[in-house]
Amino acid sequence: MGEPAVKIEESKVVADEGLNRGMERLTPEKIEKVIQSVLKSETGSRLKVYVDTCVHCGLCSEACHFYLSNEKNPSFSPAGKVKQTLWEMLKQKGKVSPEFIRRASEIASTECNLCRRCSMYCPFGIDIAYLMLVVRRICHKLGVTPQYIQSTAHSHSATMNQMWVKEDEWIDSLMWQEEEAREEFPNLRIPLDKEGADIFYSVIAPEPKFRAQLIYQAAAIMHKAGLDWTMPSTPGWDNSDMCMYTGDNEVMGRLKKAHFESAMKLRVKRIVMGECGHAFRSVYDMGNRWLTWRMPPVPVTHAIEFYAELFKAGKIKLAKKYEQPVTLHDPCNIVRGRGLHEMARYVVNETCEKFIEMEPNREHNFCCSAGGGVINCGPPFRNKRVEGNKVKAEQLFVAKSKGAKTVIAPCHNCHGGLEDIIHHYGLGMELKFLGDIIYECMEK
Amino acid sequence: MHGLYNFVSGPMVWIAFILFIGGCLYRLVSLASLAKEKDTAVYAYMDFYYALRSIFHWIIPFGSENMRRQPLMTLFTFAFHICLICVPLFLFAHVVLWKESWNISWGFLSDSTADVMTLIVIASCIFFLVRRLTRPEVKFLTNRSDFIILAIVAAPFITGFWAYHQWAGYRMMLILHILSGEIMLIAIPFSRLSHAIFFPLTRGYMGSEFGAVKNAKDW
Ligand code: SF4
Ligand code: SF4
Repeated sequence: MGEPAVKIEESKVVADEGLNRGMERLTPEKIEKVIQSVLKSETGSRLKVYVDTCVHCGLCSEACHFYLSNEKNPSFSPAGKVKQTLWEMLKQKGKVSPEFIRRASEIASTECNLCRRCSMYCPFGIDIAYLMLVVRRICHKLGVTPQYIQSTAHSHSATMNQMWVKEDEWIDSLMWQEEEAREEFPNLRIPLDKEGADIFYSVIAPEPKFRAQLIYQAAAIMHKAGLDWTMPSTPGWDNSDMCMYTGDNEVMGRLKKAHFESAMKLRVKRIVMGECGHAFRSVYDMGNRWLTWRMPPVPVTHAIEFYAELFKAGKIKLAKKYEQPVTLHDPCNIVRGRGLHEMARYVVNETCEKFIEMEPNREHNFCCSAGGGVINCGPPFRNKRVEGNKVKAEQLFVAKSKGAKTVIAPCHNCHGGLEDIIHHYGLGMELKFLGDIIYECMEK
Repeated sequence: MHGLYNFVSGPMVWIAFILFIGGCLYRLVSLASLAKEKDTAVYAYMDFYYALRSIFHWIIPFGSENMRRQPLMTLFTFAFHICLICVPLFLFAHVVLWKESWNISWGFLSDSTADVMTLIVIASCIFFLVRRLTRPEVKFLTNRSDFIILAIVAAPFITGFWAYHQWAGYRMMLILHILSGEIMLIAIPFSRLSHAIFFPLTRGYMGSEFGAVKNAKDW
């Protein structure tokens, strides 16, 4: 029976209730049955060709920040992670041990950010992120998923948002932000459920919960630009999606359906979403596909693109430019996932005095190591995540030594990840969203 | 020995070519139908222009970032693949065989060029072997089949070189040369050497996803 390929020392086994309890409930028969059924009925040509074509050359290793940051330990290399999970499952025809599944879940959920950088380094363009999602899917069906992210998945399933925000709390938060903002902009409104509006603005649930000022700022920008916009009062307002990352495709589908449908019900022209990367991936790439929409049924615009539009059309006037030198972190899901890097630079140059590139950048930027649901796996895996991204700290440090004082990261996950990295490595840099900068500098 | 020679240079050639061509077609067709059944998205997102754009960047030496980061590997990979394809196709002795059997012919390489190119293939195989044994990230992924595949590829070139230079036992080497060449042909569709036929598909698909949907480069 397949055992974990790399034995982990006792001390390094992370205590995670979701993984441990899940593992205890497993039986060999169940494991075999679930693996076989996922492989047979849910995967096909892609999995086959990716496994058959990989020539074991290791060229993808250089791409992965986990590998680079862990002294080039091969068990962190992209193909190395596939070897320790899928290859073995295939080779053993699903006859692997509960310990193996526990380890596979840990690898796929906490040692890979699904950042897709390795697809640009593998000569064959093998989609390791997809393969890791297949592993997560298997582990999900076996009930072996890290506890913290599973709890957000439960919240999604019960409330259609990630943070157990109740319907009245949501509406309260919006009204509260509106009230606050009206002290600064007397006529400002956050229009709820306005039918036929041009813009349906959606956010992730952590915004009303922890970062309500972002809603304030977005409202201020919409108001000053004189736009016809709305936010929904009913479930479907949250565009985030951790179920896409736990392998719970069914709930992912429900979430995206609720999101698209609330936009369609209001007959809006398009969805504009806040500065979040994973939510964009869910709406633009994965959720729509699960619902068999080739492209999203309602046009989707990410905040970066939206800001770029506003500046091009001259709809936002600036009172000043942001003074401190800034550098820009390119979030995977909207750069490798949507190619918004030039637009982001355009907005940064419009709003900031001095912009310093970090290297590598654009499509080649290193992931923040929070993405792909890794940060949502919570404190048990925090050290591994932060120490597993030394290269990011070095990259930031070089930008800092060139003078950058502020890091702009137009993504929620990246914020969480970079915050930890900046703190852990004592980099002392400030972290901002593009919206923070625009709000700070615009004519009020 | 004569009988053996007749077999490997007669019926076995037919068997090898039939299995090679038939096998490649079979792999491609079965993959296409599997995709139709289970991965229809592949068809929905495949984009001819962006597939070619990506393939183009990956078949040009140093056309991708990773190739520039690994210059030695890139040099060997390209030299290896070019020689591997050109020598068997354009070796004078092979061209003559085609002419004799089918009365078709095409250009050929001078013997000394082919000799050097053969050495390049052999040297590259040694390079790949050493890399596999010494680089931890490659070693970690390696299993027995990787060595077998490397041997299958190196064998026709080593034996061919031997036979051409008429070193000791070259008649036997010639037989081994033909046989190993046939084994390699047969192995292409049925082993990881199939990366040769799947490369345009996997690269093209990633190129389409990156280019057409995600508006980004993948090299
Ligand atoms: S973290 Fe990114 S580079 Fe590393 S294996 Fe996962 S997708 Fe590939
Ligand atoms: S670079 Fe591609 S082919 Fe090579 S080991 Fe990695 S996934 Fe396999």
